[in-house]
Amino acid sequence: MNPQRFPLGYLALLALLLIAPALVYPVLIMKVLCFAVFACAFNLLLGYTGLLSFGHAAFLGGAAYLTAHALKVWALPTLAGLALGTLGAAALGWVMGSLAIRRQGIYFAMSTLALAQLVFFLLLKSEFTGGEDGLQGVPRGSVLGFDLSSDTHLYYLVLAVAAGAFWLIHRTIHSPFGQILKAIRENEARAVSLGYDVDRYKLLAFVLSAAVSGLAGALKTLVFSFATLSDAHWHTSGEVVLMTLLGGVGTVFGPVAGAAVIVTLQNELADKVGSLVTVIMGFIFAACVLAFRRGLVGEAIALFRRMIGEKVQ
Amino acid sequence: MTGPTANPAAPDAEIVLETKGLVKEFRGFVAVNGVDLQIRKGHIHALIGPNGAGKTTCFNLLTKFLEPTRGRIRFKGEDITRSSPQQIARQGLVRSFQISAVFPHLSVLENVRIPLQRRLGTSFHFWKSCRSLDRLNDKAMEILALVGLDGFARMVAVELPYGRKRALEIATTLALEPELMLLDEPTQGMGHEDVDRVMQLIKAVSAGRTVLMVEHNMKVVSGICDAITVLARGAVLAQGDYASVSRNPAVIEAYMGTEAAQAAGGH
Ligand SMILES: Nc1ncnc2c1ncn2[C@@H]1O[C@H](COP(=O)(O)OP(=O)(O)OP(=O)(O)O)[C@@H](O)[C@H]1O
Ligand SMILES: [Mg+2]
Repeated sequence: MNPQRFPLGYLALLALLLIAPALVYPVLIMKVLCFAVFACAFNLLLGYTGLLSFGHAAFLGGAAYLTAHALKVWALPTLAGLALGTLGAAALGWVMGSLAIRRQGIYFAMSTLALAQLVFFLLLKSEFTGGEDGLQGVPRGSVLGFDLSSDTHLYYLVLAVAAGAFWLIHRTIHSPFGQILKAIRENEARAVSLGYDVDRYKLLAFVLSAAVSGLAGALKTLVFSFATLSDAHWHTSGEVVLMTLLGGVGTVFGPVAGAAVIVTLQNELADKVGSLVTVIMGFIFAACVLAFRRGLVGEAIALFRRMIGEKVQ
Repeated sequence: MTGPTANPAAPDAEIVLETKGLVKEFRGFVAVNGVDLQIRKGHIHALIGPNGAGKTTCFNLLTKFLEPTRGRIRFKGEDITRSSPQQIARQGLVRSFQISAVFPHLSVLENVRIPLQRRLGTSFHFWKSCRSLDRLNDKAMEILALVGLDGFARMVAVELPYGRKRALEIATTLALEPELMLLDEPTQGMGHEDVDRVMQLIKAVSAGRTVLMVEHNMKVVSGICDAITVLARGAVLAQGDYASVSRNPAVIEAYMGTEAAQAAGGH
C-alpha cells in the first residue's frame, strides 16, 4: 500500500465527517463511529496479532457501565468519565488476557467467551448496574464550556475522540511493536525461536485492544445517555467479528467500513423487518466467509492492485 | 572458556553443547532414548538417521520447544534444561524448522529485520513509527547479500521460490548472530543447484560459529560436516567423522535396511 495515498483518503473522509451532521442524523453517525472504534480495536487482535477474541463485549459493556456510573453517581466531568471507562477496560483486559493468552487457537476464543460471560453475569447481578433495566439518564455533561446535551456539540467530541483512537490503532499497527505482532500472527513458533516472549506481546496487544474497545463503550454511553446489558452480551462480541470480517480483516480501514455498513443496515432494517434482521446478518456473514474472504476493503485493495498490474495471491 | 582451541577438531576442543541421557516420551512411546550429544565449537555437526528416528524431536528438546522427560542439556557450560525457548534463543542457540519458517506476508527485508529489531529495545513501543526501523536496513541488506537475496528485498516472502525461502530462513537465523545454529533439513526438497548453493552457504556462514544440522543428503554431509551423529529409533547408533561412520556396520545396516526396503517397495 502506498503510504502517500492514504492520508489523503483519510483527510477527505475527515472533511466529509466534519460536515456530515448537516446531512445525516448525528446520533446515527456517532453510533457508527463508536462501533468503528470498537471494530478497529478488535481488528488489532484478529487482523494483526492473529488472536480471535470472542469476549470483546465485556470491554465495551464494562466500560459503558463504568462511565455511566462515574458520570451519573459520582458526577465526574465527562472526560474523566471517558478516561475511567477506558482504564477500567484496560485493567479488565489485562486480567482476561493474562488468563486466556496461554491458550492457543479455538481454546483462546473459548476462554475469552467464558470470561466475558462471567463479566456479563456480574453486571447482571450487581446492584450498581440496575440489572435488566441498565443505567438510564446518564448526564452528558460539558467539555470546555460546550454543553454536550446538544447532539452537534457531542458529535464533534465523539469525532475527535474516534479520530484519535483510529490514529492510535493505525500507529500501533505501523510501529516496531506492530511488526512483532505481525511476525507472531505469521508464524508464532518462529517468533519464539528468534527470542521473542510472544505472550508478553500478545498481552500488550490485548490490553490496548481492550482499552480502545472500552473507549468505544464509554463514548456510546455518552451518545445514548444509558448503558445496557446488551453492550456486554455475547451477541455484541459476535457483531464485532462480523463487522471486521465484512470490512476486511487485517486491513486498516476495513473495520470502519464494516461497522458503517452493519450499523446502518441494522438501523434501517430494524423498523421494517423486525427480528428478521438477525437472519439478514447471518446471510451477510455467510456471504463474507464464502465469497468475499478479504471483505469490502480487502477486495477493493485487491481489485486496485490488479488494475495497476500487481500480482495478487 | 580457556585453553588452546586453535584446532577445533582437536580432541580437547571446547564443547559448546552437551546433552546427558536425554529422553522424550510421548504417552509411553519413547521418541528420544538416552541421547548423549557433544557438539564441538566451530564444527558443522550432522545429525542423521532414518525417518522417525527422533531428530526433529531432539531439536525441539534442545531448544525447549518440548520439555524433556529426563536428561540434562548444557550450552556453553550452563545448564539450560529449565530455560524457556526465548531465553535459549537469546543466549545464542537459534534454530530453524523442518518446514519452511518465514513470515510469509512480510517482505523479505522485514523478515530479516524482525530478529534485528530486538537489539533496538523498542519492540514494545507501539507509539513509534515504523520508520524508526529503517536504520536496520543496511544491516539487513548486508545479511541478505550474504545469502544472495539482496535482489529480493522488497518481495513478499511468500512469493519467493522454495530454495530462496530456505535461504531467507538462514538469513533470519543469522541476523541473531547465533553461536550455535540448529538447521533442520535445510536442503530438503531442493533441486541439485539449490542444494549446492545452500551447502556452500552453510559452509560460509559457519565461520566463527557452530552448526548442528539434520541432513538426509549424504553429499552435503560428506561435503561439509566435521562430525556426525547417527540416530536410530531415538538412540545414538554411532558418532564420529564421515569416514568412520560410513564404515560402521550398524549404520550400514540401519541405512541399507531402509534403502533396501525402499528399493524393494519401489518395484
Ligand atoms: N508431538 C508428538 N506426539 C507424539 N509422537 C510424536 C510427536 N512428535 C514426534 N513424535 C514421534 O516421534 C518419532 C520421532 O519423530 P521426529 O519428528 O523426531 O523424527 P525425525 O527423525 O525428525 O524424522 P524425519 O526424518 O521424518 O523428519 C516419530 O515416530 C513421531 O511420530
Ligand atoms: Mg524431522
